[in-house]
Amino acid sequence: MTEHKNIFDRMMSLDRRWIFLFLIVVCVATYTADFTIPINTEAEVESIFNFLDSLPEGDIVLVAIDYDPNNLAELHPMTYAVVEHLWRKKVKIIFTSLSQLGPAMADQAIRDISDSLKVDKTYNYNGVEHNFKGREIVNGVDYTFLGFKPYYALIILGMGQDFRLNFPSDYYGTPLDDLPMMQGVINYDQVACVVDLSGGNITDAWISYGQGRFNFPLMLGLTGVMVSQYYPFLGSGQVSGIMGGLLGAAQYEELADNPGRAKDGMRVQLFAHYVIILFIVLGNIGFFMSRRKRMEGGN
Amino acid sequence: MEFSDFLWMTCGIFLTLATFSFLYKDNPFYKFAEHLVVGVSAGFFVVVLWHGTLVPNLFQKLEDGDWYMLWLNSSEWWYIIPALLGVLMWTRFSKEYSWVSRWPMGLYIGISTGIAIPLEMSNRVNKQLHAMMIEIDWANFFGGNILSTTSGFAQLLIFVGAIAALIYFFFSKEHKGLFGGVATFGIWILMIGFGASFGYTVMARVSLFINRMQDTKDWGIAAFNNAEVVNPHYGAQYQIVFWLLVLFVVGYIINEIVSHLKSKQV
Repeated sequence: MTEHKNIFDRMMSLDRRWIFLFLIVVCVATYTADFTIPINTEAEVESIFNFLDSLPEGDIVLVAIDYDPNNLAELHPMTYAVVEHLWRKKVKIIFTSLSQLGPAMADQAIRDISDSLKVDKTYNYNGVEHNFKGREIVNGVDYTFLGFKPYYALIILGMGQDFRLNFPSDYYGTPLDDLPMMQGVINYDQVACVVDLSGGNITDAWISYGQGRFNFPLMLGLTGVMVSQYYPFLGSGQVSGIMGGLLGAAQYEELADNPGRAKDGMRVQLFAHYVIILFIVLGNIGFFMSRRKRMEGGN
Repeated sequence: MEFSDFLWMTCGIFLTLATFSFLYKDNPFYKFAEHLVVGVSAGFFVVVLWHGTLVPNLFQKLEDGDWYMLWLNSSEWWYIIPALLGVLMWTRFSKEYSWVSRWPMGLYIGISTGIAIPLEMSNRVNKQLHAMMIEIDWANFFGGNILSTTSGFAQLLIFVGAIAALIYFFFSKEHKGLFGGVATFGIWILMIGFGASFGYTVMARVSLFINRMQDTKDWGIAAFNNAEVVNPHYGAQYQIVFWLLVLFVVGYIINEIVSHLKSKQV
């Protein structure tokens, strides 16, 4: 005799591919629909924005693009938002890319952002309208891209002595001493802060070997998978701010009045989370109901 | 957008679909995409290491020396020492001499350990312990935001939560009575932590899918919308490539449906 299956039993044995399909349909439908959702900013992202926004023209920030293309979806929006914000303020940037597959991707991002700043724009944040006059971003003047070197912990320590120790020349092969921006820039002492955008263990090295050893303000942009592990460092003051996943990037875009791919994706995130929560609730109901049925059946 | 760029973008869309097809079932297109990623990553890394590290950090340092002098007449001849240590690593391929590779490994591990232990202890243990045991701000117990790390409530919760979670992993005493209650509170704290990680992980995975949708949309726009405005050589080839890929995907889906129906009939 075949056992009678009620809706809860069916729910527990549902082929997971139906869940994938349902989630895909919801994501595509939500993305196709043209609407926006409000983005509430959090203190840990605001602290990064406020610090960078307070930097005077000519200051130097080290932006570490420490991720591979597989983390591009979450971290590229952060890179675009932070770098564009800094260049709007005429803050100079030293880029590194200590993740092995990152340098070419980072180079492409730098060029894209440079191109986007050639046109005049108006931004409105902190209740003030900021008019940006489009300008050419020049390699060696507005930024220096150091590129990749293996063994990131040793590289982070080495840069604390002298950038030239591990990077005698930049990513494009120009000796650092030939770059106008690098005149007089020796190590972290000449850098206002480090922004590490990372999809892996390199963040640990920036905390232990970078901030812990050289005591510079460290701000993190992390993938969603990593972010909850790094909140203790925010509480201890070792990290000055955290942007977590696409939400963190969207919050920075909101603060800088520079909507990009992160804000564009948040409406999909919202409805995808509704679907996941719905399935978690249904799965739990199904689990408890089928357990009750088993117990009532004396199994 | 140049046609060559469009073709690369089309390759990206194809590989995206090939990868997502694994959600339905394993198939040759997924396998192709998977192997391509691994192969390209390895090949790219070798090139990056060669041009980005070995050339500027070793070969260029020794280039003013002569090979027949074994570069000992170079102005920075001491770079031969790490180069030799690196070469010794290759002895691992020999059963007889593989022990030699322990010298460079030993040196590297020794240096790394010497650097790591004090910094890790200081930054990942001592500072974290200090942050956990910070004096509770009773005057600002609920603060402006109760979940802010500066509120007294959060400081108390972090302290009690950390102790309770540690007690959960203390197995030398049976988890009963007050001790058991604290251990149960500890597991709840751990579960809340895992829940937060799970929530963020869901966001991360959905973010990947969103990015692929955004690129697919850009690809569609590049194929159809106003491409002639930005590219004077714009022509039908964009749409031909677009429809070829669409046709391929639709054909594969129909083939899968037919195979599925046939297998049910049997």
